[in-house]
Amino acid sequence: MPVILQDFEFSPYQRLQEYEEQCCKPGESGATVNFIGSLRDMHEGSPVEAMTIECYPDMALQEIEQVCEESAKQWQIHHFLVMHRYGRVEPGDALVLVAIWSTHRQQAFDACRYIIHHLKHKAPFWKQEHHGDNNRWLESNTNDEGVGQC
Amino acid sequence: MSITIKYFASLREAVGQAEQQCQISAVGCNAAELWAQINGSIALPDNSLVAINKNYASLDARVNDGDEVAFFPPVTGG
Repeated sequence: MPVILQDFEFSPYQRLQEYEEQCCKPGESGATVNFIGSLRDMHEGSPVEAMTIECYPDMALQEIEQVCEESAKQWQIHHFLVMHRYGRVEPGDALVLVAIWSTHRQQAFDACRYIIHHLKHKAPFWKQEHHGDNNRWLESNTNDEGVGQC
Repeated sequence: MSITIKYFASLREAVGQAEQQCQISAVGCNAAELWAQINGSIALPDNSLVAINKNYASLDARVNDGDEVAFFPPVTGG
């Protein structure tokens, strides 16, 4: 059940395929839910040239692992894979991947939603958008409705 | 006592450094008092967050010798 932080580009679909081939037993999971967050080239009407994601690596890893452990107590999860990028990213780059393998779809959907929600609100990452010569720190994340609190 | 202080994102830019080691004489000060002692001329924004030894803490949480104290703005990952 790995949590991976990395400062270089990754292909979420390739990583999913590799993880499934190496770690998942065929026939074990009836449902797989994946969330992939990517950098858009526009934000609030302004073109985004790039973004820098800063992080507090040890604490981020600890917070995400804790959220995953909490989710594993609530839902029947066979495997999860969470990846988060940091450093400089370009539009189209994957920023985050949350993948859940479970018995049934509802468990997988709920766990995936729970993990990405709490990752966004607890893991210490900060995004700075680059617009030409201007750099702008994002001040808050969008909120998700209907997700249980820790 | 010896404290490691870390700053991230906009607070790192405001302070002008990412990390510092400091020796403070006050025993039993809290995180807000630590900020005031070290960065007295820079106001700590109201929405700032604190972590002590990589766990979220409140501004009035006590700081102990050897602690790693991090100050940062609201997180925006994901």
